[in-house]
Amino acid sequence: MKALTAAGIFIVILFMLCNLSIAIADEEKWTGVDESVVQKIAKEHGREAHKPLINTDQGDLLLFVFLVAGSIGGFVAGYNWKILMGKPSKIEKGKTTG
Amino acid sequence: MAGRKEDEVNQGAILRAFLPWGFFYFKEKIIMKSKKPASNSNLNRLALLGVVLLLLPARNAYAMHISEGILPLNWCVLWFAAAAPFVAYGLYRLKKISSTDLSFKPLVGLMAAMVFIISCMPIPVPTAGTCSHPCGTGMSAILLGPPISILITAAALLIQALFLSHGGLSTWGANIVSMGVMGSFAGYGTFKSLRTLRVNMAVAGFFAGLFADWATYLGTSIMLAAGIKGADPFMPIFIKIVISFIPTQLPLGILEGAMTAGVVVLLAKRRPDLLIKMRVIKAGEAAI
Repeated sequence: MKALTAAGIFIVILFMLCNLSIAIADEEKWTGVDESVVQKIAKEHGREAHKPLINTDQGDLLLFVFLVAGSIGGFVAGYNWKILMGKPSKIEKGKTTG
Repeated sequence: MAGRKEDEVNQGAILRAFLPWGFFYFKEKIIMKSKKPASNSNLNRLALLGVVLLLLPARNAYAMHISEGILPLNWCVLWFAAAAPFVAYGLYRLKKISSTDLSFKPLVGLMAAMVFIISCMPIPVPTAGTCSHPCGTGMSAILLGPPISILITAAALLIQALFLSHGGLSTWGANIVSMGVMGSFAGYGTFKSLRTLRVNMAVAGFFAGLFADWATYLGTSIMLAAGIKGADPFMPIFIKIVISFIPTQLPLGILEGAMTAGVVVLLAKRRPDLLIKMRVIKAGEAAI
């Protein structure tokens, strides 16, 4: 099971890295489906996207916001994962064993 | 992401956010679990993972929810009205379960963080030459039930719309219905149906993730076609949108299926008590 989980994580990371390397090689491609599908088809029918209310999509500001959001999300996920999967403390062990 | 040709989202930064989680996981596996000094090979693997994530180059990435201004106001109001009861019921369920069971909160926290990260993580799909993201709602619906899954999706979408220029406030209701409601119910329904037919948990988890992803984009297609069609017939536009989504979402759905199966099986192995409590599995099924 451990090997299977590790293999799964490895495959996902490998998949992402392969995709990234291809993406980096061709900067013109890789638009999101919001642009290539949603906004494109909407525009054909006379609907265009507006700027967001809080426009963080300015220069490198969006990079910063995504970094902060991703970091907080990652820490929250890690913290809760540890609570769920961590071994019981010595006190808890003592309680259960009497 | 609204009104921009080059959406600059640092994919490396998002991936780096997984580092703390990876650290906790490997720390527990290597140091706490083994009760002996970590072997060189394990440390090497940990170091390799860290280096790979840290060295990922910053590059532009792209987001996928329905952007601000795409849908007309009347459709936005309709989707808000459709989403509101689900979100309210999710809030009610969360309060009710949390008041009686404190151990439920970490699972909600974990799933909320995962749905947030996963749904703003663009993945390039070489077969299509485009990027899109998984949703994570199949996974959260299996583990928490659809109402709470919808609630955490709504929270994730709100943060993304407010601060990440990802989706939109006017299209928040529509995005909740497509990703939260349709994704969660499709994933949950698939998982429960397959488990009733005694299908293996990993396979059931895989198809739950797959159909949750596809249902989300089916929902987006319906909303978009209905909102932009004007006087034109619905079906040709709907079919056009669905066909346009297929090259990207077909492989991405498979990835989401694998991810969902992995998390469900892992939790079933490590914390079967939690899954029994959440009625994901029965007591007799603890050993899969």
